Amino acid sequence: MIQDTSRPTGPKDTPADPPMVVARHVRKRFGHLEVLRGIDLEVRRGEVVVILGPSGSGKSTFLRCINHLERIDAGSIHVEGQLIGFRQAGGRVHHLRPREITRQRRDIGMVFQHFNLFPHQTALENVMEAPTGVLRVPKAEARKAATQLLTRVGLADKAACYPRQLSGGQQQRVAIARALAMEPKLMLFDEPTSALDPELVGEVLASMRDLAREGLTMLVVTHEVGFAKEVADRVVFMDGGQILESGRPQDVLDNPTHPRTRAFLRRFL
Amino acid sequence: MSTTHHPTVRGDASEAEHPPGAVPAVDVAGAAPVRHPLRWLSVLILAVLGTQLGHFLVTNPHFEWGTVGSYLGAQVIGQGIATTVELTAIAMLIGIAGGVLVAVGRMSDNRVLSSVCGAYVWFFRGVPVLVQLVFWYNLSALLPRISFGIPFGPEFASWHTNALITPLLAAILGLGLNEAAYMAEIVRGGLLGVDPGQTEAASALGMGRARLLRRVILPQAMRFIIPPTGSQVINMLKATSLVSVIALADLLYTVQSIYNRTFETIPLLIVACLWYLIMTSVLYVGQSFIERHYARGATRHAPQSFWSFALFRRAPAAERDATVSKEETR
Ligand SMILES: Nc1ncnc2c1ncn2[C@@H]1O[C@H](COP(=O)(O)OP(=O)(O)OP(=O)(O)O)[C@@H](O)[C@H]1O
Ligand SMILES: [Mg+2]
Repeated sequence: MIQDTSRPTGPKDTPADPPMVVARHVRKRFGHLEVLRGIDLEVRRGEVVVILGPSGSGKSTFLRCINHLERIDAGSIHVEGQLIGFRQAGGRVHHLRPREITRQRRDIGMVFQHFNLFPHQTALENVMEAPTGVLRVPKAEARKAATQLLTRVGLADKAACYPRQLSGGQQQRVAIARALAMEPKLMLFDEPTSALDPELVGEVLASMRDLAREGLTMLVVTHEVGFAKEVADRVVFMDGGQILESGRPQDVLDNPTHPRTRAFLRRFL
Repeated sequence: MSTTHHPTVRGDASEAEHPPGAVPAVDVAGAAPVRHPLRWLSVLILAVLGTQLGHFLVTNPHFEWGTVGSYLGAQVIGQGIATTVELTAIAMLIGIAGGVLVAVGRMSDNRVLSSVCGAYVWFFRGVPVLVQLVFWYNLSALLPRISFGIPFGPEFASWHTNALITPLLAAILGLGLNEAAYMAEIVRGGLLGVDPGQTEAASALGMGRARLLRRVILPQAMRFIIPPTGSQVINMLKATSLVSVIALADLLYTVQSIYNRTFETIPLLIVACLWYLIMTSVLYVGQSFIERHYARGATRHAPQSFWSFALFRRAPAAERDATVSKEETR
């Protein structure tokens, strides 16, 4: 694997420039099952963080808490200095109204394992939907931007296709373009290649690698250890709703200190 | 199967001449199709039965086809048809609007609202619609006056029930409220049929609830909602004939009142049947238009053309098989 040293925009962090994501003591339970047991994580601007961990360790749940698809039970999550899902007033914390939560989600893009494209809309319409509907961008302008985004993920010729006419890899790249259309400051990827045939994984990872090079802040849950080594600034290992290990990819992946990380990684060697 | 012809085998097919593991050279082009002797037998039987039916229709004098012809375009029948169509349209509109409201109410997080909507469906689906019609018609026996005001307080307006609940209103209420209960279940089923991942993806893009429902969920739910709604409209058209019991002059009541005078019972019932069939056929064609609109993106191929659908032509097998199920795209 070639180490990519050509990244122009590495992570930068100055006191005036708060981290993109700050999660503190995040707890989440489903009924009696405590899925997140005190997660602490900071993601700096422009940083690419890969989250690894066994099935059921709470990786998806944590990502979904960041854009408030799940409501956390305790702790706090800030994105760009803004408290997600709640607001402080008069020394108390209040739940945000649905409209305000919707507002917060605009700056956070998310890519799902099963793509979740809108099947009744073409690739182009999928990408245009949120800019025209949510941001009220004029149609012609949105169409131009959407076409550019589809070109960027290598699908300019598939603009008029419906999702069911596309391969899994192509669908996932449309989904990436759709998320980028809102010009998010942060992108969340939840196992974006897990539902793909092995020969289609590469094209999606290539698109993600390009985004990382352009300096987008990314939080990626994946089992692609090669991608983590090559693209990630930091790798985080989660198990049982906790972060057990966090550090540079070469450290966590090649010399894991925690026995559970070692046991998990052995499966990928 | 002695009727199955084996494909022509070119060259020498005897296995002894080939090394083990090799297969004989075969070209399946021009293979003889499988014969279906039973199919031909059934066609023959149906042809005999069909001829008998035709003979019966033509030779039996009690059909009085001449009488049927003279009433088919009569003005009084036209008035009955107008009432039937009008009643169907209004009751269906109430049913659809009410159904959407009740469905959304049932799916609400508000426990009180969802139980009230659940009780509505339980009650109106549980009581026969004929009973409901007669009940509305006789409402004055229960409530001689209907008033609008604050309980035990001032009354703003009041009416004699008999003046307010005309047979037409009783019919509209009876059919419409009953229909709303069925439509609520159809709409709810449609909304539940849409992959929850769609809601998540739309929410993650920053779409609000109303927009999500209108742009993402409903267009997909429509594919599940339209076909059963189509049969509901057809059912409603026929169910309107029940209002003849409350003396509303729909198509059935009109022919009944004629044959009660003239005793041309059979020909007039045939007139009614023909008109019901004509109206349901028009509805069927209309439904196919709407269905095709909402089939956007549902299959890998362009939707079947309207005429081949309307003329009962089946899509070519390859096209049908290419219809990709939800699971396959996962
Ligand atoms: N909505 C929910 N209701 C109840 N339990 C849930 C819900 N969502 C997740 N869980 C449970 O929470 C635990 C963590 O789930 P999560 O999806 O976050 O795991 P994961 O690390 O993403 O696993 P995978 O690698 O399999 O995707 C699992 O045990 C799961 O069954
Ligand atoms: Mg997961």
